[in-house]
Amino acid sequence: MKEVIIFARAGQGAITTAQILGSALVKSGLYAYAFPHFGAARMGAPMNAFLRYDTKPIRLRTRIKLADYSIVVDETLFSEQDPNESLKNSGICLINSQKEYKSLDGKKIISVPAGRISQEITGKVFANTVLLGGICAISNEFKIDLLYESIKERFKGELQQLNLKLAEEGYKYIKKI
Amino acid sequence: MKQFLEGAQAIAKTVSLCKPAVISAYPITPQTHIVEEIATLIANGQLNAEFVNVESEHSAASCVLGAVASGVRAYSSTSSQGLLLMTEVLFNIAGMRLPVVMCCVNRAVSAPINIWNDQQDIMTVRDAGLILLFAENIQEACDLHIQAFKIAEDKDIMLPTIINIDGFILSHGYEPVEIPQQELVDKFLPEYNPPYKLDVNNPLTFGSLIGPEYYLETRYAIHETLNNEVKKKILDVAEEFTKIFARKSYGLFEEYKTQDAETIFVSMGSISGPIKDVVDELRYKQQKVGLLRIISYRPFPQEIVKVLSKAKKVIVIDKSISLGAQSPLYQDVVSSFYITLQSDAIKTLPKVVGYICGLGGRDVSKEEIFEIYQEKDFVSTKFVSVKQENLGSFI
Repeated sequence: MKEVIIFARAGQGAITTAQILGSALVKSGLYAYAFPHFGAARMGAPMNAFLRYDTKPIRLRTRIKLADYSIVVDETLFSEQDPNESLKNSGICLINSQKEYKSLDGKKIISVPAGRISQEITGKVFANTVLLGGICAISNEFKIDLLYESIKERFKGELQQLNLKLAEEGYKYIKKI
Repeated sequence: MKQFLEGAQAIAKTVSLCKPAVISAYPITPQTHIVEEIATLIANGQLNAEFVNVESEHSAASCVLGAVASGVRAYSSTSSQGLLLMTEVLFNIAGMRLPVVMCCVNRAVSAPINIWNDQQDIMTVRDAGLILLFAENIQEACDLHIQAFKIAEDKDIMLPTIINIDGFILSHGYEPVEIPQQELVDKFLPEYNPPYKLDVNNPLTFGSLIGPEYYLETRYAIHETLNNEVKKKILDVAEEFTKIFARKSYGLFEEYKTQDAETIFVSMGSISGPIKDVVDELRYKQQKVGLLRIISYRPFPQEIVKVLSKAKKVIVIDKSISLGAQSPLYQDVVSSFYITLQSDAIKTLPKVVGYICGLGGRDVSKEEIFEIYQEKDFVSTKFVSVKQENLGSFI
């Protein structure tokens, strides 16, 4: 079983991120369980979405403390904390950031200027979709084609086009580095 | 085909396949997503039903009471304080023998305000004459909804049914879910055809004043129906569901690796999932452990004693507490044992211990379940992982 944590503020689409990624994993024949954890239950408050996936049904429902993959949508949540601390050994963190982070003990922290990329293309901050594309370039457990399919199911019309484009940009960004 | 759906959405889609004519509800976290999705289905013309917006849960419950009394299928959903506000009406619905089906998305009760999961809310209406079912996962939550209408509306039963799902864990969690085909649901669930209803051509009075000569018999009738017809119907309906939908439904309770178990956990709801994981890990280490998961909490299946009495130790896990006494599920298991012993159906009792955990959304880890398993002392109402530093001046 693998575990993913998404760090965001309420309103930044963490649950949608987990849902789209989980849906892509289910399409690839795996089982998944995604769920949110709210802190203050208010817009802007720090919150997490969690995702587990495995070859068999997921029965474990406790919060995830350390992740195989962590996705940081809002960097300010890590102003006091090191993103390495969100990971298991050899875990990978994808962080929406323009600065570099030091990777510790076999872990890997990869910065993607996801907010900036989204801003440039759409004029809006949909950092999470850029990061979703990015994570598909990191591990072949996450299939970009299935991610596109999940995005198409989740969004219609212009929003669908924007999100597909942003996922593609995130994917290409990681492939280049 | 399985879809990766949020529990609330999956339930809403399933309810819509059951074709209720009236939905009434008042928003409350974490239930709201269910009725929001149903409202969307109605607005999009996918469900032909009346959605009645009301100003409180008391009114929502009253509205579905009236709807079912008038002879149509009705549905509502609530949580926590909302359920408490419905209390008075729920006793009425049961007393009037109206088969309302509802979902309670279980959440802690104030004060202090807490929107997270435990199972305290439903315990406040435990004795109202309702059929109370508990789901372990989202698929089962959906499956139990379809079954609930069939059980509740049986002419020999006519009792309200509440499906309980753990707040956030199941209501806001996403899992691969199979939403059945409409044709299958139609085949399984006949149209609601009540033996009595409000009808101007055949006037009836529901819930009228009744004297000491008759009231006791109304309670007796509900009690007997729960313990006889409902128990049998739950088993029959689960069997039929399993056949028609080609997916296992367990009926009153599920046995998980209890066959030769020396220690058996008893639980209900989503916490049964991690307990099964722990059981598997202990089995791998040659430990004889199992789980008995209660699905029907009311009527309570005293038959579990047949399974549990083979064990040396029974560990009951509750997500609620009767403050000042023991926790509800523990009380039920202990009394079932004692009653069965008195009737000479069993000769000895295993050690029955009780733990309370997960109140107000406190995470329950596998490690804690392992620790519970390993504890040698006798405990009856032990709170798991109390943090002394959080107690302040209250103790």
